[in-house]
Amino acid sequence: MATAMDTVLDMRDAIAEKEEGEAAAAKVRKVDRDQRQTVGVPFVDEPRMTCREVNVYYGEKHAIHDVSIDVGKNEVLAMIGPSGCGKSTFLRCLNRMNDTVATCRVTGQILLDSLDIYDKKVDVVPLRAQVGMVFQKPNPFPKSIFENVAYGPKIHGLVSNKTELTDIVEDSLKKAGLWDEVSDRLEQPGTGLSGGQQQRLCIARAIAVRPEVILMDEPCSALDPIATATVEDLITELKTQYTIVIVTHNMQQAARVSQRTAYFHLGDLVEVGPTDRIFTNPRHQLTEDYITGRFG
Amino acid sequence: MSATQQSTMDRVHKGLAARYRKEKRFRLFGLSAIIMSLAFLVLLLGSIGAKGYTAFLQTEILLDIHLDAETLDVENLATANYGSLVKRAMLDNFPQVKGRRDKRELSKLVSTGASFQLQKLVMSQPELIGTVLSLWVPADDEVDMFVKGHISRELPESSRRINDKEIEWIDQLQAAGRIKKSFNATFFEAGDSREPELAGIRGATMGSFYTLLVTLLLSFPIGVAAAVYLEEFAPQNRLTDLIEVNINNLAAIPSIVFGLLGLAVFLNFMSLARSSSLVGGLVLTLMTLPTIIIAARASLKSVPPSIREAALGVGASKMQTISHHILPLALPGMLTGAIIGMARALGETAPLLMIGMVAFIVDVPSGFSDPATVLPVQIYLWADSPERAFVERTSAAIMVLLFLLLTMNATAVILRNKFERRW
Repeated sequence: MATAMDTVLDMRDAIAEKEEGEAAAAKVRKVDRDQRQTVGVPFVDEPRMTCREVNVYYGEKHAIHDVSIDVGKNEVLAMIGPSGCGKSTFLRCLNRMNDTVATCRVTGQILLDSLDIYDKKVDVVPLRAQVGMVFQKPNPFPKSIFENVAYGPKIHGLVSNKTELTDIVEDSLKKAGLWDEVSDRLEQPGTGLSGGQQQRLCIARAIAVRPEVILMDEPCSALDPIATATVEDLITELKTQYTIVIVTHNMQQAARVSQRTAYFHLGDLVEVGPTDRIFTNPRHQLTEDYITGRFG
Repeated sequence: MSATQQSTMDRVHKGLAARYRKEKRFRLFGLSAIIMSLAFLVLLLGSIGAKGYTAFLQTEILLDIHLDAETLDVENLATANYGSLVKRAMLDNFPQVKGRRDKRELSKLVSTGASFQLQKLVMSQPELIGTVLSLWVPADDEVDMFVKGHISRELPESSRRINDKEIEWIDQLQAAGRIKKSFNATFFEAGDSREPELAGIRGATMGSFYTLLVTLLLSFPIGVAAAVYLEEFAPQNRLTDLIEVNINNLAAIPSIVFGLLGLAVFLNFMSLARSSSLVGGLVLTLMTLPTIIIAARASLKSVPPSIREAALGVGASKMQTISHHILPLALPGMLTGAIIGMARALGETAPLLMIGMVAFIVDVPSGFSDPATVLPVQIYLWADSPERAFVERTSAAIMVLLFLLLTMNATAVILRNKFERRW
């Protein structure tokens, strides 16, 4: 745990250092298409995921333009932006959930550690075990709470006996902060829980397969403020063990839970930077307009 | 400001009455439609019930049959002349009847089934030989009709199928307490027969059972597999579009065309057994498949995409997503579709006529390749028969068919609720 925290702190230092030399970094990144240039610090040392010039097309529609960004180890990266700006689309590229959309085409490079996840040889099944996902609407399976959490470990063959499975389920539910509320009714349907509990159940389900990265697509948009606070606390907890990418419409939430924030606008990655800097001192006009509430 | 608000409310109030009138009118239309259809249903069921309930009873005549050892040779019980025994027993009731013609008419009051009944009894209990046996035997269908009141005494003799002399004999038998009506077990135990009093629906029911079994066993798995493939795996291109259009068209094709197809392919080309439930089931499978595929696809589509995403999100493969999550959720809808298809298959006549299931088949089928007929075809055959007694049997067969349909639909509802209630 301590080492994980250290890593985070190191990373923050690294980011701070980078910020100092930002002018230089910006020059290096200088590309021809000025208006599409990303402002800020999109790259980190020791990234967990590396995205380079990612383009996404839905049929003829060009949804994401040349997005290059890193996701650091054990950080929470928040992606904000007005509706339809492509942040969810980009998020879903990170575990190839976009494969389910027939018309969707992704170009560019996305690396998980050093594995190119869009390589033809890559199997999406283990990939999605490594990059878990939590969706906007809580979507527990219409099965028992236990079954919901146990499903992932079961299909991936992570356990050899019932005791191990029970342990994983208990462990995951504890990490998701749900254990105390459901430990006496694991056989009851997951769909019978409240919205916030359901979402934490989905998080437990995602972490039960021990992923490296967890993608969260507006995980709190269907929850009330109290449930939202619980989930946010949970995200902060999980950060020590997992890398988290979260899409949110709620800027306060981004400010509360994330270390870095990326601002998307109409398919462009406009600005990336340390969260406190983005919200206090945005560099790009669009970012400033958005976070000050001039549009969005 | 308040003036304009006032006028807005005025306008709203003015239109309000018309809105409510519209609603009331619509409700009235709906209600009258339901009442009308219910009335027709009651009329239909009522007329079937009123005509058919008497078929569940059969008139029987008590005979004292002398099983003399001369006629009944213990060595040759199968070929003995049981008919003459029955005839003699009948004549014993009416010692006054003389003359060949009258005697023959008298013996005709008893069904030809009586001698078979006697034969069965004697062969199973040979020790009865030499005794006088009191036995209730089925009456002839005309006697049955008369006793049940379907043939009126008031009619002139020439326009009824039972003459005054016979009526007199029946009256005498009734006075002697030798006529009773009892439960018509034959109707449920026998196959078809030319004699209404010996005809039953067991053959047709078993035929329907085997035919539907073949249909269900083939069409449900094939239909579900086709639906899953088309919905989940097939690429979206012109070919799949074409297939989809054709499946929808197939669902609307007149069923007799499927019968012709079955005749050409299963009988002429593949030389399968004519009139068999196997071929009937195959033809009905062809007919039911589109219905099942369409229903199954609709229920697959109605599974919320969030469940699909959830499964894919934890790394389930496509097949695991489908078999663990999509199929269980789609199953109730698929079952409903299958049962609707099966109910339609149960009531189908036309395609089965083409493959020879309309033949007169007396034996109860005991397998898939035995010649068989099905309930609706049996109804069709009986409805076509001239004997008055087949009228009530037709109605009774319809009642049995409706009962089976009702049972199937109830099963569908129960199954659906069971699967849906899980969570």
